[in-house]
Parts: sequence; C-alpha cells; structure tokens
Amino acid sequence: MRTNGGTQMLETTYRETVRAAIREAILKDSRVFLMGEDVGRYGGAFGVTKGLLEELGPEKILDTPLSELGFTGAGIGAALGGMRPIVEIMTVNFSLLAADQILNNAATYLHMSGGLFNVPLVIRMATGAGRQLAAQHAHCLEGWYAHIAGIKVVTPAVLEDARGMLWTALEDPDPVIIFENPTLYNMKGQLAADAGAVDIHKARVRRAGSDVTIITYSASLFKALDAATTLAQEGIEAEVIDLRTLRPLDDDTYLTSIAKTHRAVVVDEGWRSGSISAEISARIMEKAFYELDVPVERICSVEVPMPYPRHLEEAALPQATTIVQTVKRMVHHDG
Amino acid sequence: MTTKTARRRAVLDIDRDHALHLLHEMLRIRRFEEKCAELYTALKIRGFVHLYDGEEACAVGVMQALEPGDAVVATYRDHGQALARGVPMNRIMAEMYGKQEGCSRGRGGSMHLFDAKTRFYGGNAIVACGLPLAVGLALADKRLGRRQVTCCFHGDGAVAEGAFHETMNLAVLWQVPALFVCENNLYAMGTALRYSHAETNLAKKAAVYGLPAEVVDGMDVLAVEAAAQKAVAAIRAGKGPYFLELRTYRFRAHSMFDAELYRSKEEVEEWKKRDPITTFARYLQEHEVIGPADVEELEHRVAAEVDEAVAFAEAGTWEPVEDLTRFVYSEGVRA
Repeated sequence: MRTNGGTQMLETTYRETVRAAIREAILKDSRVFLMGEDVGRYGGAFGVTKGLLEELGPEKILDTPLSELGFTGAGIGAALGGMRPIVEIMTVNFSLLAADQILNNAATYLHMSGGLFNVPLVIRMATGAGRQLAAQHAHCLEGWYAHIAGIKVVTPAVLEDARGMLWTALEDPDPVIIFENPTLYNMKGQLAADAGAVDIHKARVRRAGSDVTIITYSASLFKALDAATTLAQEGIEAEVIDLRTLRPLDDDTYLTSIAKTHRAVVVDEGWRSGSISAEISARIMEKAFYELDVPVERICSVEVPMPYPRHLEEAALPQATTIVQTVKRMVHHDG
Repeated sequence: MTTKTARRRAVLDIDRDHALHLLHEMLRIRRFEEKCAELYTALKIRGFVHLYDGEEACAVGVMQALEPGDAVVATYRDHGQALARGVPMNRIMAEMYGKQEGCSRGRGGSMHLFDAKTRFYGGNAIVACGLPLAVGLALADKRLGRRQVTCCFHGDGAVAEGAFHETMNLAVLWQVPALFVCENNLYAMGTALRYSHAETNLAKKAAVYGLPAEVVDGMDVLAVEAAAQKAVAAIRAGKGPYFLELRTYRFRAHSMFDAELYRSKEEVEEWKKRDPITTFARYLQEHEVIGPADVEELEHRVAAEVDEAVAFAEAGTWEPVEDLTRFVYSEGVRA
C-alpha cells in the first residue's frame, strides 16, 4: 500500500479489480447477481470470480449450463422483471450463440414496445487474441456489437475502468456490454483504495502529445503507449487516446486532439474491413478533413481467422513496432 | 386429451356468465381478425400479419388461469393473446395502423404488441426467442418473492429451435414459476409437423426435461381452461414449471402473403368442423346454458367494439418524424 497525494493506493491486478467490482455491486444492490458458465464452482474461466460463490452464495453467483442463448435471454427476462443481472459470456466467439438474444431482444425491446420496456442488463465477455487460442476463442468482435443501435459497448483497459465501469453499466437503464481482454487480467498496477464508479461516455487522453493522435481502446492501448515511448526517443510526441466506449463513440475527444496534431492513426484489434476503425476514420473524414496533414492510417488485425502458432498470431495482431513505423512514415511524409 | 365424458360434465357444471364470457372473448378475437384481414386488403394494415382464427380457445382458455400481476410472453401471432389478456382492442387496432396511440406506440405493428399494465411482454417475431425471456421473468418473480406466474406462448415450430431446449432445461434446473404453452397448429409456416420433427409428440419432448407436460385439445376452450388452471395452481404452489401442448389449427393462411400450397382445402374444411367458437356455442345451446339470443347479443357487442377500435385507429395520429430516434435508449439518460 502506498499513498498518492493523500489517496491510499493499492497494488492490484486487472483480474482482482474486476472481481472487486462484481463483489461490490452484488453487496450494494440486492437485485444484482452474476450468471454464466463456470462462474461459481470453477471460479470463472479466467479466475475472475474465484471465491465469490463461497462468499456470496449460489443465488448471487449462478452457474449456468452451456446455453449462451438460453441464459442470455434469461438475463434479459430477469432485467425486464426488475433484477439487475450481470451475464458473463466466456468469450466473444461464444457470444455468437447468444447473438439472437442480444440483437433481437436486448437491443430492440425498448424501441419495439414504444418505450414501455427497457432492459437494464449488463453482459461481460472476454475478447481478443494473444494467448495462442486459435480461430474459435480469440477474435475481436466488439466492433460488431458497436454496430447495434440500442446497446452500449464499453472496453475497460485501465484498472480504474475495470473497477468503475461495471457499476455505471448496472445503473444504466439499457443494455451495456463490457468487453475485457484476457491478456489484461494479469496486469498489475496501483489503484486508489476508494476507486469507484466512472463514466462510460467519454474517451480519455492517456498520454499527451502534439505530433500525432493514436486512437485506440482495450489491450491495444498499451501497445500504443509503448509505441509512444519509443517515438518520444526519436522526438515524436504522440497523443494516445483511449476510447473506453465504442458505442456511443465520443467524437469530441479525438477531434480536439486532431485539431492539435493534424495526424491520426487508429489502432484496432478487429479485422480492418467494416471495423470500428473504419467508422472512426470515416468520422474524422466527415468532421476534421481540413485538419489533416496526411490521410488517416489504420492498424488492424490481418484478415485471417486467428492462427495458433505464436509467430503467426503476433504477425496477425497490431504491434507496437507497426505503430512506430506507421507514425514515423506519417510524420516524415509531410516533413 | 380430456375425455368426452369429462368435457360434458364440465359443460353441464359451467356457470352461464362464465360460459358467455368465454364465448365473448373468442368472438372478440375472431371478429377482430376478420376486420384485420379486411383492413389489410384495404392497405390500412401492412407488414406481416398473422391471424389467430381457429386458435381462439388457446389464448382464451389459458388467460382464465392468470392473475393481473402475471406476465405473458407472446408469439408473433399475438392479436388473440393480447386481446384475451386484456390489452384494449382499440390500442391493438391503432398498433395495426402504426399510429402512436397504438399499444406499442406504432413502433411494433402486428407482430410486436406490448402492454405494461397487463405485463404483456410482446409480440416476439423470432421463433422461440421469447422462451428464454420467460425463464428470466419467472426467475425475477421467484427471487423478488412475488407469487406470479410467467406464461409463455410458442408454436410447434419453436420446439425445433435450440432455444426451446435450452429454455426447458433452465426452467426445470432453476424451478422457475413459468407455464409454457405450445400452440401446436401443425405447421411451422408451411412445413408440416411430420417434416419438422423426428418426434411429433411435442409434449413428450418437453417431458424429458422433467416437467409435467400434457396434451390438450386446443379446440376446446373448457379443456384448455381446465388444463391451464391445474397447471397454474401447481406453479403457484411452487412446484416449478409446466408445459401444455394445445393441439389446434389455424383456419387462415400463415400470413397475408401465404398461398397455402402446402395443405389441402379438404383438410382445412375438416378442421373447421371443430371450430372452437361454433362448437362451443352449439354445445352451450344444446345444454340450454345459453340461447340463440345470447349469441346474437354477443355478436352485437363485439361488432360495436370492433367498429369503435377501427374508428379509434382511424382517428389516431402519426408519430412526428422528428421522434424517429426516440426509444433507442431510455430517455433522460446520457446515451
């Protein structure tokens, strides 16, 4: 434990932080419960919910069968019935089994009913590659979900957000999906002992800079920050923006940055075609075209199903080195 | 199946007012549907419209067992379910027109009728997608200590969906207070039961999940009512979920776009001999529970109600286009 300007700081991990957020929400609001595959007795596929069943009991930590469609729909029903469920889906690839419920029910009920029935549901799921899990466990599809009108999509990258986004999502009257990149679960860091709810509608500048704006989210944030450190050694100051929320997108934060840097690169672990990076690039073109000194660049995953061997997986994903090369090219292009 | 003797006894014991109520409710649906068909041809109603003619005994019989606080999850053939549940006819008709006075503010149309007062949770147009919701709604009632029942309608087509099987498993596993009502009208759109199901006894399929599952004559309103009362009493007594397969038949095409190439006119005519309204009216008259004047009086009342509903819908207003993006997210909250 340390103090930082009077605030007590605790050494923790992303995994422990998510667990603390779930635990606090359940203790704070009797309507909140967590359900999903192996969240209880197993302790969570990624160990996130370890110990919670023992502490909170099976009504609060509900193990489900392998029925993503069924239990996600049950979560929607429970939300309609006055509960505040947190549905955990093991990975985004598995969430496709529940896509019908997410798109056709969770996202539509408020609108189809003319405003009568809102769905205060929170879904958490793992997304992204980096652990050699190949082509059915490691895709990055939050951009797909961000396409859907009627839901909100958040992507906590830093500990503060892993701790604070859940409560805000639970207080939201509409469905919110929280995407957690499992490569972050072991990430250590300092978090204020009294860390609490954070907003889920604004992007954040994680590193200030004047030469280029790197727009990213989730685990790619740390690749972008690494790249920024390298670039700084060469005299290029990158401003790194953590989107935090993919729907609704906070345009102001990156547009303000671009007005200063006049260069923008989007780093997105999703496939390039039809990705969230494409959306952001289009918005920059629509709203900041005349601010740009060079065309917007995008660094995305290579368009292949995720391969198993480490060297190919690394080659398929955006990397700090690629970000450095791209930014240098952009900066030197216009001298 | 209720035996003939049992049915006769039930009819002879029936209270005259209750008999008239059942007949009235079925007639309301039949005449409403006839008016919808007419208005569809007159281009007043558009989109997909699925009429309930022939199946009236199902909704009317089941609703007798429900209390005001119970929840109903309906199918896309939902006019009869909504009317029998007590959603006002004029607001349903306005919904058919797409007017903002409609029960779903005109946003849903024929397939998406909603009503908060009667806890009518749609109008679900993805086959079987309402089933998991029913588990969640019932789970919420159970958790929040409310002695309510969730009644979920679905068709024979839904039994072929994975969602049905996931739902049965979850409902029994969690012992939720839900009644699953399968309106088996022998066709999933145009595909006959025998081409859809390896096992055509649908109650048998439900029964393997460990819940009571009964086959009921869905053309006999008294048989349906008796079965529903028994099922709901068991559910309210905390005995877990219940499944009823109502064997019924729709007299009209699947939707207004259906040329009915998949079944013979003879088959339809044969089923029409078992019309739930005419057979019930005849039966009551044969046993002198009611007389011809009673039927005539009911017809007058129903005709007046239908006329009034049409007038209400005609007088309804279009939602301003400026309101288009309302109800995507809850109002008064930052999107």
